Amino acid sequence: MNPRGIGTNVLEVQDLAVTYRPDVRAVRGVSFSVGRGQVLGVVGESGSGKTAVALAVLGLLPDRTEVTGSVRLRGRELLGLSDGEMSRIRGKDLAMVFQDPLSSLTPVHAVGDQIAEAIRIHSGATRGAARARAVELLDLVGIPDAARRARAHPHEFSGGMRQRVMIAMAVANDPLAIVADEPTTALDVTLQAQVLDVLRTAGEAAGAAILMITHDLGMVAGFADRVLVMYAGRAVESGQVEDIYRRPRMPYTIGLLRSLPRLDDAGGRPVPIDGAPPQLNALPPGCPFAPRCPIAVGACWDDEPEMLPVGRPGHAAACLNTPATRDPDAVFPLTPTELLPPIGEDDAARARTSREAVLDVKDLHRFHVEQRNSFGRGKGLLRAVDGVSFDIRAGETLGLVGESGCGKTTVLMEILAMARPRNGGRIEILGEDSAGLDGAGRKALRRNVQVVFQDPFSSLDPRMRVAAILAEPLRTHAFPSEHIPDRVQELLKLVGLEPSHANRHPYGLSGGQRQRVAIARALALEPSLVLLDEPVAALDVSVQAGVIDLLEELRARLGLAYLFVAHDLAVVRRVADRIAVMHRGRIVEIGDVEHVYEDPAHPYTCALLDAVPIPDPVLERKRGRVRLPDVPPDAPRLETGCLFRQRCPRYLALSEASRALCDREDPVSRSIDGEPDRMVACHYALGVST
Amino acid sequence: MAGFLLRRLANYAVLVVLAASLAYVLAACALNPRANLMDRSPRPSAAVVDAELTRLNLNDRTPLPRRYLTWADGVLHGDFGHTWEGESVNGEMWRRAWVSLRLLLGGAVLGGVFGVLLGAYAAVRRDRFPDRAATYGAYLLLSVPVFVLAVLLQYAAERVNAMTGTQLFAWVGESTPGAGDGTFGGLDALADRARHLLLPTLTIAFGQAALYARYQRGLMLDVLGADFVRTARAKGLTRRAALLKHGLRTALIPMTTYFSYTFGMLLLGSMFTEKIFGWHGMGEWLVDSISRGDVNVVAATACFAAVTVLLAGVFSDVLYGILDPRVRTRTR
Amino acid sequence: MTGAMRGRPGRGRAIAGAFLLVLLFLLAFAGPLVSPWGWDDIDFTAFLSPPSARHWFGTTQSGRDVFALTLRGMQKSLIIGLSVAVLSTGLAAVVGTVAGYFGGWADRALMWGVDLLLVLPSFLVMAVLSPALGGGWQALVALLAAFLWMVTARMVRGMTVSLREREWVLAARFLGVGATRTIVRHVLPHLASLLLVDAAVNVSVAILAESGLSYFGFGVRPPDTSLGTVIAESRGAATVFPWLFGFAAGLLVLIVLAVNLLADGLRDVLDPQLAASGPSAEAEAEVTADGARAGSGAGSGEPAVEGSAG
Repeated sequence: MNPRGIGTNVLEVQDLAVTYRPDVRAVRGVSFSVGRGQVLGVVGESGSGKTAVALAVLGLLPDRTEVTGSVRLRGRELLGLSDGEMSRIRGKDLAMVFQDPLSSLTPVHAVGDQIAEAIRIHSGATRGAARARAVELLDLVGIPDAARRARAHPHEFSGGMRQRVMIAMAVANDPLAIVADEPTTALDVTLQAQVLDVLRTAGEAAGAAILMITHDLGMVAGFADRVLVMYAGRAVESGQVEDIYRRPRMPYTIGLLRSLPRLDDAGGRPVPIDGAPPQLNALPPGCPFAPRCPIAVGACWDDEPEMLPVGRPGHAAACLNTPATRDPDAVFPLTPTELLPPIGEDDAARARTSREAVLDVKDLHRFHVEQRNSFGRGKGLLRAVDGVSFDIRAGETLGLVGESGCGKTTVLMEILAMARPRNGGRIEILGEDSAGLDGAGRKALRRNVQVVFQDPFSSLDPRMRVAAILAEPLRTHAFPSEHIPDRVQELLKLVGLEPSHANRHPYGLSGGQRQRVAIARALALEPSLVLLDEPVAALDVSVQAGVIDLLEELRARLGLAYLFVAHDLAVVRRVADRIAVMHRGRIVEIGDVEHVYEDPAHPYTCALLDAVPIPDPVLERKRGRVRLPDVPPDAPRLETGCLFRQRCPRYLALSEASRALCDREDPVSRSIDGEPDRMVACHYALGVST
Repeated sequence: MAGFLLRRLANYAVLVVLAASLAYVLAACALNPRANLMDRSPRPSAAVVDAELTRLNLNDRTPLPRRYLTWADGVLHGDFGHTWEGESVNGEMWRRAWVSLRLLLGGAVLGGVFGVLLGAYAAVRRDRFPDRAATYGAYLLLSVPVFVLAVLLQYAAERVNAMTGTQLFAWVGESTPGAGDGTFGGLDALADRARHLLLPTLTIAFGQAALYARYQRGLMLDVLGADFVRTARAKGLTRRAALLKHGLRTALIPMTTYFSYTFGMLLLGSMFTEKIFGWHGMGEWLVDSISRGDVNVVAATACFAAVTVLLAGVFSDVLYGILDPRVRTRTR
Repeated sequence: MTGAMRGRPGRGRAIAGAFLLVLLFLLAFAGPLVSPWGWDDIDFTAFLSPPSARHWFGTTQSGRDVFALTLRGMQKSLIIGLSVAVLSTGLAAVVGTVAGYFGGWADRALMWGVDLLLVLPSFLVMAVLSPALGGGWQALVALLAAFLWMVTARMVRGMTVSLREREWVLAARFLGVGATRTIVRHVLPHLASLLLVDAAVNVSVAILAESGLSYFGFGVRPPDTSLGTVIAESRGAATVFPWLFGFAAGLLVLIVLAVNLLADGLRDVLDPQLAASGPSAEAEAEVTADGARAGSGAGSGEPAVEGSAG
């Protein structure tokens, strides 16, 4: 049961069921146990019931939620305890780390006080002693200058620092078990690994069992000892982490693993799982995954399968057709999209420079006057976009990547404004200078440049039906109105939706379907350039692959060019021809996807690639990582020299004399090895002679 | 924070000047003191009326801009002119402002505190009996105009007095003449004042409490499900403690925005309360001076109201800054 | 989502309010048809007589029938309340959306005007101007409307500012849809529930303001009558001759209560997330985000947000 041979079961959950009023059965009988010092990863997509499990364990479900089964902490039954009794356990023996560190800390109290409160509730320590301990804890979780920062408020912290505070609070009383609900989901990829490290260290220091709840298979691979996969409120597979990733036996787990875009080439092309998870208030009999399962047999529709041992000891799966899952690769065959003609064949054959540029951005700047100012310093100019240049040629995809706040969305908005850039620069769209456009010219150009936003829940007007949403661009650009219904049907078909979807409102569609509607709207006028702002980031993994497939297919069929803004480097690798890496308003590296991913030249690119988790426990544990330090928001902002040097691992390794160059001179973007399309802005770029 | 407040203050000052000037011009155009003077018996001669009007800077035969400049010049020197009876507006204004303050302070504080607590409690007990009772109570109170509420309270007080055979409640004026002449002297006078204060204070407190309870309930509902309340409970606070220390504390912040709005309602309510209970405060003065066509007094009370409303605005800004650390570090 | 499942908590209140309001309308407009006395009739045989079969609500000092007077007052109050609400809410919608959507100069100028009007002691201005404008009820409607729209306009502006950045509005803009059309098709429909609720609230505010002004003699003036003037006439005598005061006051409270119930019920029915809003939507928006998310999370069993934003 436990590979490291430590401890006995600390947290035991038996047959846990949670029903939200009136009839949403969020969890329907889940059992697991976690031992001392062990990490159990609970993995599931939205709607799987994983968060309800976490809240049920802590007794924090909303009032009048029905909970049955058993939750035992060191043998003591927790279900049915009063709020008063639970409050003596919560925070002391049983701690929790929540998803969103911004809203999870009380905005009006200093962070030190919030940690001290957790200590004082349970130990009765004096105010002074608790404060001193809080500073120690902040130090433990890696907050620099902890004594001073303990007096600061949550809004003065960055997201990563806030999550560290949450962890400090959780381990304050050396808990027996920690429940972590998506602790890294709201964070940038470079911070995720660090926060996990902190959680691991702090958990080990306290000897706590950790229940890690997440949707991210890649993240758990290197963190958990055992994994439990949930689907539609039930556990469908559980086992040692190696078994789950290397020898999965439940088709859903297999599908989930296959649909992940990966940085490494192992596992081949991501494959989508068709369909959507079932509604939890109206479950049909049988296996809830059967409608999406490629290997379902007749009996699957009769009864819900039980978790039964399969394969090695400790491995269990809820599947009737386990014989068919012995070879996971055979479960989800490749989809026919692969058989399409290679993308933009005739175009791609020609040299890049000989194709026309659909978008040409030169030296774009955009400044914001800073609204908020940490620690009361004077106000400054935030250089959101600080001299960005790139171009996109017909039929190609440029991936624009970077962490949140790097300015990539601002670039997109500046392009979409189709006006003279406010703070300098030049944007040429399809050969037309945006500065010279009048109202009519702008409107005409909008026909050819369309956008798809990140969140399909907010990019479609919730009060309009799908037909009206798709008709809007057509009406706006004087499409003959008698042809509009036909065109709407054509578009629905194009993006793989049913004709009947035209009459639905957005809330009647799943996330993936909504994003398809958004894509259809963008394509209604047959544009030549589509700007995609994190088009799959808000979607569940199993749906992401389908939308990406669609985007690729459309590009091939319609000869589109994409600007694909994303934070997920694995996704970008999958879709883009070229990639531009942004940091603090600049492009630090740009080039061919293959080249950049194989031989990253800029230390920031290296670090970003390093941080992407690989959904394979063996590979993931073997990787050595370079950690990028998080710059606290109150650190002095660099104005001269290389702006990356505060976080730069390469800078740290340089001699004093070599650093002088970074301190003094802002690195200019220069091409590498005579390749005009491969540029990097670093004095000491890899593979470049200096 | 300081810079932000200063800029707000400057903006407010401009608004006060404009509001006061507009009020003066409106009053000077629309009111007709000449007619009122002419109505006196014995009927004065036209020349006497003219002289009297000119003396008070109310003569409609003087061009409006000149009258305005005379008035504005006085105001800049701290002089609001003279009332219709020829008294100084300034002296009367201060006297009456104190009367109003004595009347309103108790009711406003009582109503505010009680309303906030009631609203927060109702939110926590959402959809149960206490919430229903508080919500419908607040509805009913908000639907009763002050002048009806005051009369109802008087009616009830009269019944109580009749039943107990005492003068437990008194509702005319601020004090009974001669109340301090009894055996206990000053104590008696104090008790008498308290008796007079009871009903008007209740009148004001009821309305204020209903308003505050409505707002606070809504704000509290918003933080009930907030992540940070959940965090506080995960730390080991009981639901009640988490809601008080983390929930209510945060939900109080937007309340400051409502404060200046509620304050306006308070001023308005004071007019009715003063009229009905016979307190000679600012509200009564305003109503009477409009009826009489006393332009200087109307303009002075308008000025006074604008200044107090804006002070309330500044006060709520400061309060916001004190309650919300996010504002303290923000410059805009 | 959860609101729908719970069966819309505000429905009972909205229906009760609407029902009560219909009854009151019926009483106000059909009542005079069955009353033996006209509102301006004088019965010289009955001064200050208590309610009886002859005079259902009694008579006044001057021998007028209180029933007929009260219904006449109700008619005035209802008409004034409704017209003011329509006018002021309409004005608020136009000013608020224009200021919020266009921002910049238009925004600053309009909001400054709003501030100025908010600072002006509105009661005073109305009291001074209403007689000067001739004292007709139409003038009163105009005045009331002119001083009631500002808070709503601020709220509408605040919501428009946040709607303007919503992705479906951006999407429309980037499709090339014009500003007016975007406001009408993508902004206003999302404010509809707010505006409807606010119009209802304004009805009650207008009725209260009108009766308050009339109570002091600055609003509807004799010989015309409104509930405020009827109550004012009972001044000083209310405790001795309760029928002079009680019927008018009771009906006034009932009207306002019915409108408030309707408004609040509507608020819950139309938008569960808006259930708690007061006069300032800007302050509101910050807080509701948490509540709304918690609500949707409870429905699906998972937090609504997955994946980090760019």
